[in-house]
Amino acid sequence: MRLLDQLHFNGQLFLRHRVRTVLLLLAVGLGVASVIMLTSLGEGARRYVDREFSALGNQLLIVLPGRKETTGGAPPIYGAAPRDLTLEDAQALERLPAIRAVAPVIAGTAPVTRGSRSREVIVLGSTAAIFQVRKMDVAQGKILPERADSEALAVCVLGSKLKQELFGNRRAIGEWVRAGDRRMRVIGVLEERGESLGLDLRDMIIVPVRTAEQMFNSPGLFRVLLELDANADFDRVEERVRGVIRERHEGEDDVTLISQDSMLAAFNNILTTLTLAIAAIAAISLLVAGILIMNISLISVSQRRREIGLLKALGGSSRQVRQLFLGESLLLVSLGSVAGVAVAWVAVLVVARLWPAFPLAPPWWSVPAAVGTALLSGLVFSLIPARRAAALDPVLAMRGQDL
Amino acid sequence: MIELQDVNKTYLVGESPLQALRDVNITIDAGEYLSVMGPSGSGKSTLLNMVGLLDRPDSGSYRLEGTATEELGEEARARLRADYVGFIFQAFHLINRLTTLENVELPMMLAGIAPKKRRQSALDVLEQVGLADRAGHRPNQLSGGQLQRVAIARAIVMRPRILLADEPTGNLDQASGAEVVEVLENLNREGITLLVVTHDAQLGKRARRRIRMVDGQIESDTGDGNAPAGSTAL
Repeated sequence: MRLLDQLHFNGQLFLRHRVRTVLLLLAVGLGVASVIMLTSLGEGARRYVDREFSALGNQLLIVLPGRKETTGGAPPIYGAAPRDLTLEDAQALERLPAIRAVAPVIAGTAPVTRGSRSREVIVLGSTAAIFQVRKMDVAQGKILPERADSEALAVCVLGSKLKQELFGNRRAIGEWVRAGDRRMRVIGVLEERGESLGLDLRDMIIVPVRTAEQMFNSPGLFRVLLELDANADFDRVEERVRGVIRERHEGEDDVTLISQDSMLAAFNNILTTLTLAIAAIAAISLLVAGILIMNISLISVSQRRREIGLLKALGGSSRQVRQLFLGESLLLVSLGSVAGVAVAWVAVLVVARLWPAFPLAPPWWSVPAAVGTALLSGLVFSLIPARRAAALDPVLAMRGQDL
Repeated sequence: MIELQDVNKTYLVGESPLQALRDVNITIDAGEYLSVMGPSGSGKSTLLNMVGLLDRPDSGSYRLEGTATEELGEEARARLRADYVGFIFQAFHLINRLTTLENVELPMMLAGIAPKKRRQSALDVLEQVGLADRAGHRPNQLSGGQLQRVAIARAIVMRPRILLADEPTGNLDQASGAEVVEVLENLNREGITLLVVTHDAQLGKRARRRIRMVDGQIESDTGDGNAPAGSTAL
């Protein structure tokens, strides 16, 4: 029997049993589409994190106070520090070679008030270097002055949302606001950039690090961000940083260093595993579709007993009958898969348009994996019905008797 | 040439065995016209399926055109069936979703013959049974007599040597039955071996060779299947 003839034969069957065919197509299509769409979500999350990190530049080394004794595992975000990491430590690091910029950070929250309007926001105490290291810039006004690392200047830079909340559309540069118990002059407004690593840059205030030190009455830094030279050797820089800290901390290098790469790798690992797990869960729907195909094929075999007997009487062999039934399932699964891929593709496009900040995209393996699983499940689950059809006794089958 | 030697066949009906064929010996030459009659359960349908290679003997041998069929595998038997045997059933067994032409083409499609060639062959045999103008109709648009003639066209489209008809007029009225019998006898006149299984004594008597079966055995075998037409006992 020719392939084209078989396709035609199966096609006529599908047209004849439209409801049955549409239901099966739906089952397979939904399965395939859900695998692709769910893995797209996982992959989207991975890309999102990836993008967030690369927005910071990949030459970033973060120094946290305190040290975790267990190595490996997820990088610690906070550490309990026996000795504070101080502004003086950060200034000492500035003298190391291969380090382009050092941005000490003190973080806390404080109410920011202007007139009757008040808003509780994150206060970031840092120096002019923070703008370079975190790739931020101002839309209006100026960034923190160079002196911000040594003097408690009464100036601040506002996030765009905070500015909007306090000033509306009026000019903020040169105006005074109150942050905590201190009055300071607005010298700049950050450009709109959305979130960065979970920190809403639009809704915060940046003040000189000395000012923050006084506001929160603490000499300890939250962390120090180091930007390295473009071709710097991370391991060597890390060794030197530890050396400087050891010198200044009575022989203890009680800091934790996190490189951009190690953090990114950790996130990548987590999100890839997550995506695979999601794919496996979605694949269960394909298994269900396979079982549905088996059920319906078995019903089809018993409904078409006469036809099967006839095909055999007309010179069809058991192998041909088996092929017809297997071919029917595979064709159905193929059509369903095509529909599913199309639906998923459209859905991903629509979501990408509605929500452009999230880079939703199917990973390269999701389409072959989804279609492959669907085909395999269709094949495996139609083996039993096909074998049963092939084994039918044509004489009894044509009399329409039961076995 | 059909040769059955000491063929036995036993079916299990529920718990008890039923011997459908008991030491059957029969030789049928090319071009014969014979009928097989007998009460229900006498084994005449089993004989027909045996000859048509749909069934295998438990013991004994069956040679078709010199080939010992009992040694063949399922694939080879299917091929032999496709090349030598055409079946006609009481219930027609046409596939409703296919057109008349597609139904007739079905054996050629299973045999893997190219669409162009089989379309021509199918149109030729439809012409032969007088239904060329119904090629595009579906079975539910045809009368019983027409359906059986389509089934005959399907049975002969592969140009078989043997035509096996199981109660070919059983579901038809007198007039349509007569039409169908005429088509079959015409084919026999052109050289095809025609074996008709029937309850209908009128139809049975038309055959030149008449076999009567009782309890799986051939009770009587009268007439000469190849005697010239007209010499039949009418």
